[in-house]
Amino acid sequence: MGAGPPAQRRAEGARDGARPLLSVRGLGIRFKTTQGIWQATRRIDFDIAPGERVGIVGESGCGKTITGLSILRLLPGNFAGLDGKILFDGVDLASCSARQMRAIRGKRIAMIFQEPMSALDPVFTVGHQIAETLRVHSNIGQEEARAKTLEMLRRVGIASPERRIDDYPHQLSGGMRQRVMIAASLICGPQLLIADEPTTALDVTVQAQILELLRDISETSKTALMLITHDLGVVAETCTRMITMYAGEVIEDAAVDEALVRPLHPYTSGLLRSLPHLSPRHGRLPSIPGRVPSIAEMPAGCRFRARCAHAAKGCEAEQKLQDAGGGRRVRCHRFAELNLPGALHPPDAPAAAKVATQ
Amino acid sequence: MTAASVEQRREPIVSVRDLQVRFQTSDRRATVKAVDGVNFDVRRGETFGIIGESGSGKTTIGRALVFLLNPSAGAILHDGIDPLALPRREFQNHRRDYQIIFQDPNAALNPRMTILASVLEPLELARIGSHTERERQAREALERVGLPQEFGERYPHQLSGGQKQRVVIARALTLKPKLIVCDEVVAALDMSIRGDVLNLFADLQRDLGLTYVFITHDLAVVSHISERVAVMYLGQFVELGPTEEVAERPLHPYTIALLSAEPRPLPSAMRQESRIVLQGEVPSPIDPPSGCRFRTRCPHAQPLCTECAPEWRELKPDHWVACHFADRPNFRTTRNTGEAP
Repeated sequence: MGAGPPAQRRAEGARDGARPLLSVRGLGIRFKTTQGIWQATRRIDFDIAPGERVGIVGESGCGKTITGLSILRLLPGNFAGLDGKILFDGVDLASCSARQMRAIRGKRIAMIFQEPMSALDPVFTVGHQIAETLRVHSNIGQEEARAKTLEMLRRVGIASPERRIDDYPHQLSGGMRQRVMIAASLICGPQLLIADEPTTALDVTVQAQILELLRDISETSKTALMLITHDLGVVAETCTRMITMYAGEVIEDAAVDEALVRPLHPYTSGLLRSLPHLSPRHGRLPSIPGRVPSIAEMPAGCRFRARCAHAAKGCEAEQKLQDAGGGRRVRCHRFAELNLPGALHPPDAPAAAKVATQ
Repeated sequence: MTAASVEQRREPIVSVRDLQVRFQTSDRRATVKAVDGVNFDVRRGETFGIIGESGSGKTTIGRALVFLLNPSAGAILHDGIDPLALPRREFQNHRRDYQIIFQDPNAALNPRMTILASVLEPLELARIGSHTERERQAREALERVGLPQEFGERYPHQLSGGQKQRVVIARALTLKPKLIVCDEVVAALDMSIRGDVLNLFADLQRDLGLTYVFITHDLAVVSHISERVAVMYLGQFVELGPTEEVAERPLHPYTIALLSAEPRPLPSAMRQESRIVLQGEVPSPIDPPSGCRFRTRCPHAQPLCTECAPEWRELKPDHWVACHFADRPNFRTTRNTGEAP
């Protein structure tokens, strides 16, 4: 981490007039279904600064994956429309032509997915697939492409890359395949890497290796990372800022340490408290009652209201993602009066206070 | 209560002795030693956790415990008897007491059967009571897991993941088992639902006196629910002990690395600074390393580790480990648990 928490850095950046690398404004995605048009996400607002590592967290169906895909305009066939702006380095990706998008995808913004086996083509060698990105985006000779591929394989921690470059995906383990995917995504030196659950299919010891690699690459090559995950632990270990999504909306945006210790939204707090802890506790786990409303029957007003222990008058009104001070934003009108517990029990432990006031 | 007195109070409901399970590879040229010499007891009324990474053999043990797989060698005793020695009819009656629940409730429920029909099926197969009696028991089981009456008439696709997992639990309960093997039962569930289902398991255990064998790759889940936990690596146990001991004072270098690799949702100031990142990946169980199986990735490996396999020994009361050097004080590090001081 550089100077101070990222939220602070971001605020300073804004004052300096420094432009964020990615600036999503009012993004909403609609899908056609047999039951009409469904609004999958709406009013998504967030920025990612150059080199910043941001976690997008939420449970299945909250819209985190589709948000990542929409930045690259990789939308499924039943896509019905997109609102808002996706400003990447000043260019609105939402209104780019297919040709312009092809020039950006893989070169300036790259993406890696959860299941490396389905993202790699089984009939081509890994070296061929990594070099393909290079060949598409630049006029490069075969030998130079191979040399760069070897260098990149070494960089992502593949032992004896000279031997591995001509291997087919099935000859590699899960962890190595994910390293190959990372190599392919980084070979053109993108400014933004979108990683959608990159370690969910991996074992915990291999996950630790991959997360360390992502962190290291982001730090040394100043690649911004947008890490989409359901695992708050992964975000805590990898990112500096955490954006929490619920039912298609951003509900909280804060520096990771702050969100973990003093979450401002009842949903973030509920999630943190419902996690079983590594140290044996054997008590009952606090849980969030009910379930996420389905897209077809989204309630008006706060979408978390029906499950929220703090619901009160005013929650039936539309909630704005409001500035909560210190570079934090939250979509809850009661945030200032609620003192919600976070990942530490009890929340007022001296260590928690120490972290919060840092 | 000390560990020793707990042991006296609880006789084993399951005893596993030198269990081996081997599979032929599809080309029949090699043998996979999925489980290779495992010994443990499950005590009545406890939750026994087994953690391990993919391919460690934890699921194979789970399936063998309920005789979905037969041991290649060694023995599994239920209440002191060997079910495989029973006549067929008695074996079938016997195995009702030992149930298993899997990770994916979608795969476990027939999409064309109503919830009630799914829950009824084990009772029908076991030909217990009259039809009305069976239906009453099935509805009771659904109520027991917190599902409203009208869910019996629904189909699986009308339920959420957490609700479907409750149905699967209800179905396992209908035959009033003594022990349930739970294989990654919360892995497919969303975070906010996971706590609910874990709480349900705890309630059922308290009310019905159930014994669980909880198999998972998730350290946080296993430490939350289990009284004792075994750590598995490449077909063998490397450590077994009371959960608190294993989680806070681990003896085996693999356990130490596993605990250190677990990403924790804690602010940076509270996380341990140095993490042990293991190099490489788990070797193939077709051709495991000689001596200690963990030696190829172990940061403390010595020549001795290549030459002979470490003995499975009780280093502290009720705390077992398979490592030549686990009793060297300079080798163990007290793990920072990440708790508030």
